[in-house]
Amino acid sequence: MSRELTISLSPHEKGNLSVEKIMWSVVIALIPALTASVYFYGIHALRVVVLGMLFCIALEYLIQKFVLKTKVTAFDGSAAVTGLLLAFNVPSSIPWWQLLIGSAAAIGVAKMAFGGLGKNPFNPALVGRAFMLASFPVQMNTWPAPLRKIWESGADALTSATPLGILKEGVRDGTPIADLADKMPSYFDMFIGNMGGCIGEVSAFAILAGGIYLLSRKIISFHIPLFYLLSLAGFTGLFWLFNPVKYADPLFHILAGGAMLGAWFMATDMVTCPMSIKGQVIFAISGGILCGAIRLFGSYPEGCSYSILVMNAFVPLIDKYFKPKRFGKEVDNGK
Amino acid sequence: MKLNTFKIGGVHPPENKISAALPIKTLPPPKQVRLLLSQHLGQPAVPVVKKGDRVKVGALIAGGEAFISANIHSSVSGTVLKIDNVIDVSGYRKEAIVIQREGDEWEDSIDRSEELNNDITLAPEEIIDKIKEMGIVGLGGAAFPSHVKYLPLPGDAAKADTLVINGVECEPYLTADHRVMLEKSDEILSGIRVMMKAGRVDRAIIGIEANKADAIELLSGKARAIPGLEIVPLKVKYPQGAEKQLIKALLNREIPSGKLPLDVSCIINNIGTALAVYEAVQKNKPLIERVVTMTGKSLKKTGNFKVRMGSPASILLEALQEELPPGTARIICGGPMMGKAVNNLEIPISKGTSGFLLLDEREARRKETKNCIRCAKCISVCPMGLEPYLLEKLAERRNFEACETEDIVDCMECGSCSFTCPSNRFLLDYIRYGKTNVMRIMRDRR
Amino acid sequence: MNPVIIFPILTLGAAAAGAAMILFLVAKKFKVEEDPRIDDAADFLPGVNCGGCGFPGCRGFAEALVEAADKGNISGLMCPVGGSDTMTEVGVFLGVEVAESDPTVAVVRCNGSREKAPPKLSFDGPAKCYVSHALFCGEHGCAFGCLGLGDCVAVCEFDAIRIDTETRLPVVDAKKCVSCGVCVKACPRNIIEIRPKGRKERRVWVGCMNLEKGGVAMKNCKVACIGCGKCAKACPEKIRAIGLEKNLAYIDPQKCIACGLCIPVCPTGAILATFQPAVKKAKASPGNLEQSKKETGEAAQKGVET
Repeated sequence: MSRELTISLSPHEKGNLSVEKIMWSVVIALIPALTASVYFYGIHALRVVVLGMLFCIALEYLIQKFVLKTKVTAFDGSAAVTGLLLAFNVPSSIPWWQLLIGSAAAIGVAKMAFGGLGKNPFNPALVGRAFMLASFPVQMNTWPAPLRKIWESGADALTSATPLGILKEGVRDGTPIADLADKMPSYFDMFIGNMGGCIGEVSAFAILAGGIYLLSRKIISFHIPLFYLLSLAGFTGLFWLFNPVKYADPLFHILAGGAMLGAWFMATDMVTCPMSIKGQVIFAISGGILCGAIRLFGSYPEGCSYSILVMNAFVPLIDKYFKPKRFGKEVDNGK
Repeated sequence: MKLNTFKIGGVHPPENKISAALPIKTLPPPKQVRLLLSQHLGQPAVPVVKKGDRVKVGALIAGGEAFISANIHSSVSGTVLKIDNVIDVSGYRKEAIVIQREGDEWEDSIDRSEELNNDITLAPEEIIDKIKEMGIVGLGGAAFPSHVKYLPLPGDAAKADTLVINGVECEPYLTADHRVMLEKSDEILSGIRVMMKAGRVDRAIIGIEANKADAIELLSGKARAIPGLEIVPLKVKYPQGAEKQLIKALLNREIPSGKLPLDVSCIINNIGTALAVYEAVQKNKPLIERVVTMTGKSLKKTGNFKVRMGSPASILLEALQEELPPGTARIICGGPMMGKAVNNLEIPISKGTSGFLLLDEREARRKETKNCIRCAKCISVCPMGLEPYLLEKLAERRNFEACETEDIVDCMECGSCSFTCPSNRFLLDYIRYGKTNVMRIMRDRR
Repeated sequence: MNPVIIFPILTLGAAAAGAAMILFLVAKKFKVEEDPRIDDAADFLPGVNCGGCGFPGCRGFAEALVEAADKGNISGLMCPVGGSDTMTEVGVFLGVEVAESDPTVAVVRCNGSREKAPPKLSFDGPAKCYVSHALFCGEHGCAFGCLGLGDCVAVCEFDAIRIDTETRLPVVDAKKCVSCGVCVKACPRNIIEIRPKGRKERRVWVGCMNLEKGGVAMKNCKVACIGCGKCAKACPEKIRAIGLEKNLAYIDPQKCIACGLCIPVCPTGAILATFQPAVKKAKASPGNLEQSKKETGEAAQKGVET
């Protein structure tokens, strides 16, 4: 009997998936969206993203090291993803100290206060964003125009409203949708991201590319993004069919605002979405409807982040009642 | 061509079938054998010999008297040294009969010729009795007494229509079944005919994973001569060798939770069992030998060996003329997914032993455990549709009532969840603990 | 007044009145008549809800006490934390006699330290005794010995037990231990036993639970009880406190007078004590006793070695 023998339980074989791999894959998947926003908004977008990541990693490190005094796992990539997503959810003109406060809310309140990675009930990046939106409404609703528009106009700086903002204001004033069209970017511009908005959410195309990367690596499943966007489109489409003068069409709703970013990267956050496929579908469909409802009837122009936060709260309940299909239960062998 | 497989869950561990091309070598009987009284599921056998008795190879030394139990025969000729406790796979000491070998004298009734005996003369009941008498158990790993599978369920009209033969060998590394299929194909097919007669079925299917193309080809060619026999290649996916998954893959029948294969009209046996049945029924030879794989990346040579039951595992290394490699950190009895880590190489080979695997320090050490990130990978790979992350938490908190309502007893401990978990959590460790407790609670309730 | 203020006041007021009404009715309808003595009896109890008495918390115990007192006898019930004093107080309050009982303490019946029972294997899995026990016999190879993963420590509400970093054995702090018995239940190998504290803190017990034959046991652990029976013979004729069953000696704490005669005769040193057997005749000074109490486990070990 030699001392170095180890006793442990099967399995003795281990797959090569790890938390780090998952998290850094998400970071890689967000690079196209980052590239697009740097292209449209310039170096400011990069500044905000780098700061966001730095703040989140540093805060997680400090909290783990000095407050909780636990093992430091700040570099496993999860803080980087939170920082990245938080930065993606703010305008590129945000002052650094507001971003720091947002990061503190995201990491400190939403994540570490609950016990760190895996224990947070709400998506930390969205909590950070909600906190900033409530605290700094002016800065959070000032959208720098894409660089090209600024060059074209010859001004030093220019702000432009988001398509959803234009829509909300227009509808409030009673302007028919058709008349708003000249203020709006074209669908193609919206698809590639040539419009005002938060850093990460502008380019549907880049987000789609990142999402497909995640799908191909099997980090996420297609259920949440697909059903979220479908239910958003279905809900808004219903009203559009009923009254196209007052309501915008579903394609607009999918491309505008944070719906794409939310569906692909926020709602699919593993920690805060349901576990079973059935649960995920319920989660996504309810989230999509909520988002549509906030956009059409709420006072905020954008409802995506709130819809996901609200649905996060339902996840334990969904997990309790929507179980995966058990093998050998409710069997029908054709008898 | 689209190959069949089971529907939910499953993983793809690296196959590492290092010893697949190496022919089976028969090892000489060891100096001493230690035959555990409990080599099978169910009640331990009761010794019928005492210290000092002389026995021949194949002599009955312990009788399986309970309904689920199996006879045990001497695998060598010699003197019964003692009936004592020896360390078995679990690390705890279990009762065993120790026999000192003297010569190699077989019981006269055993037909030791290599000649194929394809002539089935016995009636179904006689075959079942023979299987019982010869102490045949499932050689796939669980070691369930085989004759029980052929008896009709008490008070139930369920009747088998299909015999399923498991040639999947989905565990990585192990190649014993593969080699048996290649080298003993005629005997296996004859054994299957015996089993079809015993089970009164007209249809038999052998399921083989597509990574054993040579075995599929060989058996398909020979199977044409047997009416009702079919060879079905299957897509490689772990744990396809589990009976519920295999029946789902082959016949698309789903065994209800807590039920037996017979409830979906199936009898399922391992390919090695088919060979053992052939030898028992046609050659009168009890289950005293089996094929075992000795493998590991750190070994210079690996191999498949036919050994006597009760031999210490160390004779496999001796046969390879190898020492235990210096970096060995784990000795695993069985495959890497479901095998048990044992604490030395002296443990006796029993009816359920399919192989030994050596892992070095780098392969063996588990990685550091992190928080569950709720990635749901464990749910997506669980072949039983359970929620391993939840069961782990419940078992850790010893909330066994909740474990029971979450169907913890359906877990077959395949290890897919722990294999996949990106946070390296001890999912199966806790689930197994919870399952053991829930089973005990359920037994107590009855 | 501004309707913006009036409407909320009215609606909220109406809702509050409605809710108050419901609460009142429910409280009236579902009122449970309860013996007022239960609350008072609970006040005597320590209130730590350790569960050592076998009831769900101190209130549960108080209920049981009142019920038993109505039958006139609470002798079967014992609060291990409060001990005799508390039981006497409660008894006086409830008007029933309480028999004096000896104070008790938890002792660890395994002495297989890292040194004495060196690990032959390493365990790679969840650091929980109950999991480890269900799976294999332990790093030392003894199927009966302490696994050293600290399930007893995790359940102790009083911080009275810890795992010694060197020996990897649990050490009970006799001063803090209230003998609630939670650790006894937590230990999957039943190594911990509640025994009387003994006169002047003198306790003797067999530090082994092994049922294997001597030779097998000694392979794993140098201080295993091998069931030789020498201690039983050394025990004074009139006392006969030591019994032998399945290769294991057991000292009956009710009979044992803690004379220490059995300790030096044990060939493996499996018998543990809280005092030095050499000083058994000389009156131990209180200082010495304090010392030995502090070191419980280690002192016992040293005592055995000398």
